[in-house]
Amino acid sequence: MPGARALAPPGTGRRGGTGPGGRGAARRAARWLPLAPATVLLLVFLAGPIAYCVYLAFTDTQLTGQESASFVGLANFRRAFADEDFRHAVVLTLLFTVLSSIVGQNTLGFALAALMRRASRPVRALTGAVVIAAWVVPEIVAGFLLYTFFNRRGTLNAVLEQLHLPAQNWLFTLPILAVSFANVWRGTAFSMLVYSAALSGIPREVTEAAEVDGASGPRRFWHITLPMIRRSIATNLMLNTLQTLSVFGLIWAMTRGGPGNRSQTLPVFMYDRAFLKSLIGYGTAVALLLLLVGAVFSVVYLRLMREEV
Amino acid sequence: MRSTTTSLLLAAATLAAAVPLSACGGGSGGDPGTVKIAYQRSTDNKVRIMDDYLAGIKKEFERAHKGKKLKLVPVQASQADYYSKVQQMMRSPKTAPDVVREDTFLINSDIKAGYLRPLDDKLAGWRDWERFTPTAKAAARGEDGKTYGVPDGTDTRGLWFNKELFAKAGLPADWHPRTWRDVLAAARAVKEKVPGVTPLNVYTGKGPGEAATMQGFEMLLYGTGKDPLYDPAAKKWVAGGKGFRDALEFVRTVYAQKLGPDPSDALDPHVDARVATDWLPSGRLAIALDGNWLGKNWVPSGDKPWPAWTKVMGRTPFPTQDGAAPGAVSMSGGWTWSVSAKSRKADLAWQVIETLQTERNATEWTVRDGQIAVRDDVAKAPKYLSSTPGIDFFTGLVKYTHYRPALPVYPQVSSAIQEAMESVTTGDASVARAAGRYDDELKSIAGADGVTARER
Repeated sequence: MPGARALAPPGTGRRGGTGPGGRGAARRAARWLPLAPATVLLLVFLAGPIAYCVYLAFTDTQLTGQESASFVGLANFRRAFADEDFRHAVVLTLLFTVLSSIVGQNTLGFALAALMRRASRPVRALTGAVVIAAWVVPEIVAGFLLYTFFNRRGTLNAVLEQLHLPAQNWLFTLPILAVSFANVWRGTAFSMLVYSAALSGIPREVTEAAEVDGASGPRRFWHITLPMIRRSIATNLMLNTLQTLSVFGLIWAMTRGGPGNRSQTLPVFMYDRAFLKSLIGYGTAVALLLLLVGAVFSVVYLRLMREEV
Repeated sequence: MRSTTTSLLLAAATLAAAVPLSACGGGSGGDPGTVKIAYQRSTDNKVRIMDDYLAGIKKEFERAHKGKKLKLVPVQASQADYYSKVQQMMRSPKTAPDVVREDTFLINSDIKAGYLRPLDDKLAGWRDWERFTPTAKAAARGEDGKTYGVPDGTDTRGLWFNKELFAKAGLPADWHPRTWRDVLAAARAVKEKVPGVTPLNVYTGKGPGEAATMQGFEMLLYGTGKDPLYDPAAKKWVAGGKGFRDALEFVRTVYAQKLGPDPSDALDPHVDARVATDWLPSGRLAIALDGNWLGKNWVPSGDKPWPAWTKVMGRTPFPTQDGAAPGAVSMSGGWTWSVSAKSRKADLAWQVIETLQTERNATEWTVRDGQIAVRDDVAKAPKYLSSTPGIDFFTGLVKYTHYRPALPVYPQVSSAIQEAMESVTTGDASVARAAGRYDDELKSIAGADGVTARER
């Protein structure tokens, strides 16, 4: 709670009040009073459900077909690691995240931001509008749009046919690639905005000085631009990755994780186990493991932010 | 001083917690005069058969019960999502509907989970219960011998074929295949002589869901021998059966030899709607292994009115594997009206079911939804017998029909079957491997002691 410290008068920590049960304790308690409602709300509506989820992950709760649930310890986690489909889902999730978020959205977003700095105002406005439009449509709508685009009798094949190019059927043959494209299409705007802001924050003098000193374009980019926006890169990567890890609607609308399990990333796998196979406990355990994957990524990015160049 | 602070804190906390909590409790547990009825509304906005029928029931019920209200709670979702949604609704008294439409496919699962109320006390004093066929009565019976729902119809399955396309392929209009081989031979003849037409549709994979298990796989499996899926005597699921692999091989053959739709179409979740409203009426599909309800899509009020269907479409029973007695196979399912265990208005809820099941309403519903009658009075009603061409044919399949093993784990078994079908359809796995994975899956679902192995 960032507000907590601001409320404390200077020096409380060091002086240590006037002993337990004294007026200091009462004052400290009184200072917490305004925060109590917010704290309780957070506990009830945020921490509560999370704690319940953690509890569920250690039980064999089912949505149906079971008289009562019991505590099973780590059985759900053991089951996950022994489950071929789960391992497959982890690999696909990593592939999907690296392809669509780290490579796709991130680099494309940066490229667009860099190019738009040089573009004329109307071009910039138009590009910005188009890219951001893809971002503001609801996920499920984007999913259906891209389903009709990639479908065997969809827009993409109609265009390819006009150009006398071979048709594709990616939703069936390379579904993970199709959904990765979809995610890039939809999520690039966010990276573009972050990088636009970061690039406009580089002082002009620095770039000019480097130019005067005779640094070439690529060298300026490598030695000036990148170090200066390093933090934005890390922040953007973190937000992108966490968002991509939890993409469900887009994949569900496009492929339902199929055919077979060729596009079944962890969120889809989780839904399949929890709601289609009624194994709520197992599904929740997988959700916690997904959280863990997100945490690993986050730690890496945080280190990236901390290191001084 | 300190106690004041503490009590102040407590008071503040309680207040803060109480306000939102009371604001969230908007259940209908509130109004004692309102009964809620939950049902699946089609995701196709043109299909409102159930909604229209229930609107009439609502009027009738509210006229007969002064001051009471019947509130319709449509759940517009695919079948699988409908199940999950109502199961979650039934977990809490705040959200539980009073009357709920349950698929016999998972009623036992919901019975075991304690979601439903036994109806024996109500049925005891209800004269119409004698009208129901014994098999229908058993469809909603739990493992405890109690009855948890009143069925409102059933269905049967067989082969539909397009006589015009058959004529082009040199096949007879009174086609009567005796074995699986005959079915495949006809499909091959269509493929050879009528280009651009899909010869045979067999539902497969997770997209169509239970339709793939029941209309597709079990129609094959139950023609391979006795109790091929579940052994009721031993109370064990059957693993490693030859019939299972033969049925998978049939599915594999259909897709590998391009006798079926393109796999990407076959695995599409909406394929059943496309078969009924697009491929068959437009003459792009010659043979469909499907249910008795197809006709209701083609009547003037249906999704895809097609006046010529009565002349164009033929029907024939689906044969057993090698023509063994009784020579034909059908599977039957159906839905029931049940009362939620958490409902606080069980009496009113039961009166709603009685209204739904007056002879007039039951006949009306069976005809409107194109179902097969489960009551002897409905089965004899002229309105039913003249409702749609072929109703006598599909009613006649009842004598060959099999019911799914209605056990709590059946939905999971069904899901494992769909995965096996899907992997042989896409060519991701061989029949042996897919069957092996199914056996492993079966053991994890039913436990090692809940599975019996058949001789290879």
